Amino acid sequence: MNSTERELLQLIEKNGRLETGTIAKLMGITEDETKQILEKLEKEKVILGYSAIIDWTKGTEDGAVTAMIDVKVTPKRGVGFDKVAERIYRFPEVKAVYLMSGVYDLSVSIEGKTMAEVGRFVSEKLSTIDSVISTTTHFILKKYKHDGLVFSDNDEDKRIVVSP
Amino acid sequence: MITEPTSKYLSNTVQSIKPSGIRRFFDLASSMENVISLGVGEPDFVTPWNVIEASYHSLEQGYTAYTANAGLFELRKEISRYMKRRFGVTYSAEDEMVVTVGASQAIDIALRAVLNPGEEVIVVEPSFVSYAPTVTLAGGVPVPVNTYSEDDFKLQPEQIEAAITDKTKVLMLCSPNNPTGTVLSKGDLERIAEVVEKHDLLVISDEIYAELTYDEPYTSFPAVKNMRDRTILISGFSKAFAMTGWRLGFACGPKAILQAMLKIHQYTMMCAPTMAQHAALEALVNGQKDVVKMKESYRQRRSLVIHALEEMGLSCHVPGGAFYVFPSIEKTGLSSEEFAEQLLMKEQVAVVPGSVFGESGEGHVRCSYATSVQKLEEAMRRIDRFLQTL
Repeated sequence: MNSTERELLQLIEKNGRLETGTIAKLMGITEDETKQILEKLEKEKVILGYSAIIDWTKGTEDGAVTAMIDVKVTPKRGVGFDKVAERIYRFPEVKAVYLMSGVYDLSVSIEGKTMAEVGRFVSEKLSTIDSVISTTTHFILKKYKHDGLVFSDNDEDKRIVVSP
Repeated sequence: MITEPTSKYLSNTVQSIKPSGIRRFFDLASSMENVISLGVGEPDFVTPWNVIEASYHSLEQGYTAYTANAGLFELRKEISRYMKRRFGVTYSAEDEMVVTVGASQAIDIALRAVLNPGEEVIVVEPSFVSYAPTVTLAGGVPVPVNTYSEDDFKLQPEQIEAAITDKTKVLMLCSPNNPTGTVLSKGDLERIAEVVEKHDLLVISDEIYAELTYDEPYTSFPAVKNMRDRTILISGFSKAFAMTGWRLGFACGPKAILQAMLKIHQYTMMCAPTMAQHAALEALVNGQKDVVKMKESYRQRRSLVIHALEEMGLSCHVPGGAFYVFPSIEKTGLSSEEFAEQLLMKEQVAVVPGSVFGESGEGHVRCSYATSVQKLEEAMRRIDRFLQTL
């Protein structure tokens, strides 16, 4: 990856909605060059997708429940962690799966409408997978910061309007 | 003008100083809604968290008393290392520096330490609004030397020569410059240094924007051959570390001058705020990565704004540093003040008329690009729309 590609990635990592024209001007390259780099990085799956970071607790009554589950696993011969992880991440309820160092093996993040729904998923789907030895479920009570963004409204410009 | 009866008590010097032209714009812009301000002379970043946290910690530990007059010794040692590392100039933490309340105070005590009544100070304009009044308050006489857009607002050595009289003592430099963003290259500085040496001038070099240069490596004036011992270097934490409100700057220079400045500082200020000094220490030790990040973001926004101005046909030299562009608005036929006022009234975009920075700032406006990309783009659309109506 060269420095131009890295700069572009850092820009859209912060704001995925930046228009190509704006990216081009910020970087001092042409719009065509910008499009080419974006296409290349998308093709190479360096850029996997574009999404918004949403505070679902606002303006909606049917909020969502997120749980982070520590999963212990026995990898069987021929079925390493990757295979177990795949069996888990294929479920659409699963938002994230990471292989961890430390006392448990997989960290699984689940989203559901209610605690009961998440509970059902854990007891019926996750814990019944062959290689899964145990699960510890932690529900998220409040999000303060997610993917580098702070969930608060205190970000207005505090500077005086004109200064020397 | 002040007309109240008590005005008779005011000193003639203070009465002779005009209030800053920025003030009027501030009042006007503050009274309006939906204003996008490109008139702010400070970073749009909040101070990096580790710096804020270090200050909290110092308060929790009870560091609420005075420090040494010259500033915390630990901080001075760190400033000494920083100046060596970043700019290749060596100053002793013991007796060649003083930590001040912003770079502004450093400029004030520098001028007061060296000027006798009536001695002249060459001020390169367009310039930061404080220089000339500070010279006047110190008993000196500011002598403006104009720079022009055709020279990219670079001071020409022969202009210094032309301004020199038998009363000239000090040359004030500011690179990168506020409001033009112009950076003087090593070659430019060397040519200026020749004149400085020939006429035995002292230089006060305001390098508060030194970390924010985008095109070529920065040369600090005292790093130029033979200039260290005839330069008072002024810098601080405001711009590079996004610490304007902490009010912390410093001055470095030859011992005799710095000790004289320290004398003024100890009698009039005692010391810079202790909690801010602890914050600054953290900024120097662990803050460079944040400086790099912020600088990158300014560089990108400079590019955005230069493009936009080009597209709307406002000519503008590419400023090598700081976070200002200084486009010419001459083709509109308006004075810089009329332009700024009409733009504010019609499109709610605040820029600063170039005339407040000196005579040669006329025909230009200062736009700060230390504002979010979204706001910058909207401001540029509004300015474009405004130009169509003229």
